[in-house]
Amino acid sequence: MNIVVCVKQTTDTAATLSVVDGEASYGDAALVLNPWDEYAVEQALLTKEAEGGKVTALCLGPDSAEDALKQALAMGCDEAVLILDAVFESADTLVVSRALAAGIEKLDPPELVFFGKSAVDSDTGVMGPQVARRLGWPSLNLVAAIPELDASAKTITVERLLEEGRQIVSGRLPAVVSVVKEINEPRYPSFMGIRKASKAEIPRWSAADVGLSGQIQPALSWPEILAPEKSEAVCELIEGGDASEIARKLVDRLVEEKVI
Amino acid sequence: MVIVYIDHFDGRAVPASWEALNVGRGLAEELGSEIKAVVLGSDVEGIAQEAKDYGAGEVFLADLKVLEHFRPEVYTEAVTQIVQEQGAEIVLFPTTGRARELAGMLAIDLDTGITPDVVAVELEGSVVVATRPIYAGKLLTKEVNQARRPQILTTRSRSFQPPEKGTGGEGVITRLELELSEPATEVQGYKESNRGTSLSDAAIIVSGGRGTSNNPSLKPPPEITDEKEQEIWRAHQGFELIGELAKVLGAAVGASRAAVDAGFIPYANQVGQTGKVVSPDLYIACGISGAIQHLAGMRTSKTIVAINKDPDAPIYKLARFGVVGDLFEIVPALTEALREKLDKA
Repeated sequence: MNIVVCVKQTTDTAATLSVVDGEASYGDAALVLNPWDEYAVEQALLTKEAEGGKVTALCLGPDSAEDALKQALAMGCDEAVLILDAVFESADTLVVSRALAAGIEKLDPPELVFFGKSAVDSDTGVMGPQVARRLGWPSLNLVAAIPELDASAKTITVERLLEEGRQIVSGRLPAVVSVVKEINEPRYPSFMGIRKASKAEIPRWSAADVGLSGQIQPALSWPEILAPEKSEAVCELIEGGDASEIARKLVDRLVEEKVI
Repeated sequence: MVIVYIDHFDGRAVPASWEALNVGRGLAEELGSEIKAVVLGSDVEGIAQEAKDYGAGEVFLADLKVLEHFRPEVYTEAVTQIVQEQGAEIVLFPTTGRARELAGMLAIDLDTGITPDVVAVELEGSVVVATRPIYAGKLLTKEVNQARRPQILTTRSRSFQPPEKGTGGEGVITRLELELSEPATEVQGYKESNRGTSLSDAAIIVSGGRGTSNNPSLKPPPEITDEKEQEIWRAHQGFELIGELAKVLGAAVGASRAAVDAGFIPYANQVGQTGKVVSPDLYIACGISGAIQHLAGMRTSKTIVAINKDPDAPIYKLARFGVVGDLFEIVPALTEALREKLDKA
């Protein structure tokens, strides 16, 4: 089974963000494989281990994004491709989904394409569904479990994590599956994996390489980045007496401040 | 024209749908334009009626068997047809798992942008200038779609006022017989339904962290011998206390990533950068120290109460009220004090 996992490079979730000269700045924080995508990579690898085949990691990003792909290779992906082009510098989801879909179509035809549910920097959470729409494949989004996968019958059953509970959906392959954290526990790269990844030559595809020209104008622009207002809360410690007295004082204060 | 998609589940509209409708109504008024709503499903006329009562001038109702369960492909097809036919300038959705996916796919069909999870909107001429959180709210960005139409946005739960019911005018419900294709997916059913309020819609959230397992005086039953299992058992006692407090307050139960990763509580309850981002009126953090990823997910809560053993925990930097103490003593005492208060009221 050919499997593709789409990944992004993001800042580490521990990064402190600020606005410098109107742009988002993450200081010297580490750039990492988007934490949500680790689950997608893991699920791709688990699927390959069960079904055979190969896993290709696909990423659109700048030069540095090669490190995210190396992380995916170190975890066990077989191949990696970086889509990189100056025309993607101010790309929005409309453009990125087009480029990723075009990249997927250039690869050996996959049965499954995995995404993480969102990227921790831009937080759009629509890339998996958008790529699915472009490919004309079922979008299986927010997947927390894959109870059934039948490669020969080309069917899949998943559990989607909705606000109200789990929706159990079956569909036909090929399909795009966007996973949430609950689905697995991502592995750490092995020593051998890291060695292999460090030597890997990752092919780079330009917009033209994936057949895109002209029509790559983004729809969106970002006129301003803002820092959120600082919390003005000054913590009032409730103390004195035993737990019941403290609890009563706290309730009184919450009532006084019209919180409850 | 402004069109608002009304998301619903199990016969009930998601509250954020009405907030989105209210946002749409405000934009339409400012633009001197019309506000319309879309209700898709099977046996959902009641929801269409409600949309009218909440102020939609016209409600497009597609009440069809093929729309019985939310399936993104066929729902997208339906919304695409309606939006194209109407030539809407702005299409709004509430930010839910379903509607966000739908909005993203609609953007592909209509070759336009999608601005998800907005917390504020203003108009510059006919262009919506939206503000949305990025990096889980560590920053905000303004986002605009200058040239393409429609402008598609999803509004974050509890970031906008809901409309008053019965403020609607002389709206009409228009039934649509759409030609839709049967998608290649089938909904088999549902499980683990979360009763009660979802985290995103909750006005009050009581959350537990790593500290829920931190009560050495609790002795696990002898059949649990594994140390890890013993820890989880202790944490369950802690979350039981949190659950009781939540029940008295009519609150949803949240958790820190540490508590989820340790197996104390399912991922669906996780608040933070890799969980749900929430902004309730009241957030009570019990035994949560306040890692930057957690703070990013709850910092916009109106009032934060922190209960922690460690007086130096970062959570106190955001908290309006703090109690330094053992959650195993404070939380049940708080439940009791609230019961007393509510009994008197």
